[in-house]
Amino acid sequence: MTVGARHLYVHLPFCAHRCGYCDFVTAVGRQSQHADYVEALLAELELERGVLAPEPETVFLGGGTPTFTEPDALKRLLAGLPPASEVTVEANPETVTQELARMLRAQGVNRISLGVQSFRPHLLEVLDRVVQPDTVRRAFYHLRDAGFDNISFDLIYGIPGQTASDLDADLADALELGPEHLSCYELEAKPGTRFTHAHGEELERQADAMESYFELVVERLTGAGYRWYETANFCRASEGPGLRDLRSRHNLAYWLGRDYLGLGVGAVSTIAGRRWRNTPRLAGYMDALKRGTVPERELEPLSDDVLRRERVMLGLRLDEPLVLGDLAGVVDGHAVSRLEHLGLVRSDVERQTLALTRRGRFLGGGVTADLLT
Amino acid sequence: MTQDRIRNFSIIAHIDHGKSTLADRILELTNAVSSRDMREQVLDSMDLERERGITIKAQAVRVEWKGHQLNLIDTPGHVDFTYEVSRSLQACEGALLVVDAAQGTQAQTLANAYLAIENNLDIVPVVNKIDLPSADPDAVASEIADLIGDDPEHVLRISAKTGQGVEDVLDAIIERVPPPSGDLDAPARALIFDSSYDQYRGVVAFVRVVDGSFSTREPLRAMALDTRFEAEELGFFSPTRSATGTLDAGEVGYVITGLKDVSRLRVGDTITSERRPAAGPLPGYKEVKPMVFSGLFPTDSDAYPELRDALERLKLNDAALFYEPETSQALGFGFRCGFLGLLHMEIVRERLEREFDLDLIVTAPNVAYRVKPPHGDWKEVHTPSDMPNEVEEVEEPYIKASIIVPKEYVGAVMELNNDRRGNFDHMEYLSEQRVHLTYELPLAEIVLDYYDQLKSRTRGYASFDYDVIGFRPGKLVRVDVLVGGEPVDALSLVIHRDSAYDRGRLLVERLREEIPRQHFDVAIQAAIGARVIARETVKARRKDVLAKCYGGDISRKRKLLEKQKAGKKRMKQVGMVEVPQEAFLAVLNLSDEKKS
Repeated sequence: MTVGARHLYVHLPFCAHRCGYCDFVTAVGRQSQHADYVEALLAELELERGVLAPEPETVFLGGGTPTFTEPDALKRLLAGLPPASEVTVEANPETVTQELARMLRAQGVNRISLGVQSFRPHLLEVLDRVVQPDTVRRAFYHLRDAGFDNISFDLIYGIPGQTASDLDADLADALELGPEHLSCYELEAKPGTRFTHAHGEELERQADAMESYFELVVERLTGAGYRWYETANFCRASEGPGLRDLRSRHNLAYWLGRDYLGLGVGAVSTIAGRRWRNTPRLAGYMDALKRGTVPERELEPLSDDVLRRERVMLGLRLDEPLVLGDLAGVVDGHAVSRLEHLGLVRSDVERQTLALTRRGRFLGGGVTADLLT
Repeated sequence: MTQDRIRNFSIIAHIDHGKSTLADRILELTNAVSSRDMREQVLDSMDLERERGITIKAQAVRVEWKGHQLNLIDTPGHVDFTYEVSRSLQACEGALLVVDAAQGTQAQTLANAYLAIENNLDIVPVVNKIDLPSADPDAVASEIADLIGDDPEHVLRISAKTGQGVEDVLDAIIERVPPPSGDLDAPARALIFDSSYDQYRGVVAFVRVVDGSFSTREPLRAMALDTRFEAEELGFFSPTRSATGTLDAGEVGYVITGLKDVSRLRVGDTITSERRPAAGPLPGYKEVKPMVFSGLFPTDSDAYPELRDALERLKLNDAALFYEPETSQALGFGFRCGFLGLLHMEIVRERLEREFDLDLIVTAPNVAYRVKPPHGDWKEVHTPSDMPNEVEEVEEPYIKASIIVPKEYVGAVMELNNDRRGNFDHMEYLSEQRVHLTYELPLAEIVLDYYDQLKSRTRGYASFDYDVIGFRPGKLVRVDVLVGGEPVDALSLVIHRDSAYDRGRLLVERLREEIPRQHFDVAIQAAIGARVIARETVKARRKDVLAKCYGGDISRKRKLLEKQKAGKKRMKQVGMVEVPQEAFLAVLNLSDEKKS
């Protein structure tokens, strides 16, 4: 008998406005629909109870801007979700008030992922972010005051016009606040988007200069004592007795190939070898659940082979060695020795593990492509 | 028919000077084809063969004119085919030399006229297209007369298009071309001047009977290759296929051999009868040696057997085509092919792609080299990577280039030839406006883009022909390319020492653009022996990661990774380095860069 997924993702698509670089499923404004949408989410949760563990380990509210959701609706949602030991909510700094911080805390939220992106006003403008650097600091202290002792920052690098010293200053500003966790992503300019249209050429010109930014990020953060535990994620080191493991337990579940249930418009679930994605259309999603039926879904069956490949692809993003076991069949032995020779991979024959070296992690995409059969 | 009533002739002309139209008119006038059925350019048409369900191409057509049997033997109309022309000419006693009344003598006219004279053919000079407004028949007639040492009054003036003067041409053939003079009672001998392959009936040889007589069902032998077969059917084209019991001395026709192995009957060989074999083969046939070589590889490696079969088929119709299996670390299994020249290479490639539906990668052409290693014997090298590192002497083929241009382009042509290591040989005015230049050039200097350059520097006015005149010593070196320290066979080139540095530098620069960045620095070097003459580095990538990877991204990221993986699979592995297939063609484009 299956116990069910131990990880729950809930998608809240609403935003005050749409940022040019964003490619998530979002909806601007729609305050009048927030309450109905939350009802739809809870209805979907009821329909999927059977595939969710009774006591999930983690709950993650992502968006969109979850904290842009009408406070009453958000409160009702949090109250209706099962309790978990890690409950994360994504927040944009400009939405974080003292009241909101207290409400989240009171509803059992114990981790906040704050969409900082940058502390440089001219770069925030490029990203269409309305936030000011001071807003970030104020939000951070509201959260701390409300008792949040596990706060993560999202930072973006490779922004058009961003110099190495801009990045350095962003990292310094973030470190000064001292969050428990940092996610640092390189900006992805997707072909065909408004953003790429506006900034593509500039990004191309800067491509060579920006090649070193990833190294800079890793050097600064590890130098400040953070653990580079996943390709784009860092947390305060937790060695020593009594110290907490500050890795994102919810995201670790993805990287370790665990099952997860996703609720909401455009949300993805992977359970027992099946992956499905809810319709990205807000109206369609809400209508279906109002009728008490599951929303339209795109189903992707995953073969054992594909699941194993994914576990290698995801597992090698982590700093802890990947235990091969049943994965050995999808890893090319010749590639392992060639890449070991190049100093990009470390394999431990006795323990049957595989890990990327520090340099290998910078080249993780190509190295993983080489490693898979 | 007795030999004194037979005339065997060819039509030689520069491309577009009206050879095919004249052939059509001749067929029409002699009622070989009724005007109602007359289709444009019957000799070039394949429809007749299609009607009969076989694919025998008419290479020689027999017509009747005033009690005589005239055999018109087709010659290829293109610049590169001196060898094919020479074979066809050997089967004739005379030739019509056709020149466009507006354009005058062209390089190819000269080359073919000289070839006909060398073969002791009697030449009937013809100025065609006299109906054109721009025609200048008198001037062209005196050009031709000068060329062949004849009286301008003897030059016929016709319009094949309107038919004006064509009867005179037929009369002139009877009057001026001597009849064949073979010995009807001698042991039978026939020259194979062309051949084709019919999928039902095997190899079909086109022959000129020189001595004696052949009959159907007779056991025969091709003397050079000692191939035995039976004459399943003898006959001629008029222009449809007509079987006949015998072919006698002086006649031209076909022999259906039933041979299935195309390599066993070579063009230029002599057929004799097994019952009463001739003492020796016919003289004068030179085996033509390929001078330009190039690797042909199927784009899809599974198509190798089809490429092999196709080359085998082409070889039957093309005595000069040479091929042998070649394995390239970069391009896999294919063939090293030898051609007489560039056009020949182009035609073979086109036929392979068009008639056999093959997709090919053709490597940069190179010429044949003769090398003498220290303490060793001379040998011929067809692939740059086979050139030994240490050589005492190297020789390369030279050509005599014949170029006709309007006088205002003489300077441009001279400059081009000087750039290409050419030695000036001779210059003469064919008329007030047009100049004939001859140069001696290394064949290697024209294999890549000489003709294009010549055309562009003379606004298309130059006409060009060449003859290989033999091997000469050259200061040649082999330039190797090393990628990540590993030599890459398909990229080696043999080149004159003075341009080795420039070419080497261009090549490594081009490769740097073609080879994607890897997990490590990749050195690209050009070297002569152990001495590196140019070097570039493809810098290692510093980052290659898929940024975000959470629940909703996993499928998409997996697909990206699979795409990346598939891209890597298309690359060729040179040592540790992944090299895209396009990089191996970089050598081909070097000359393009040179222009800019």
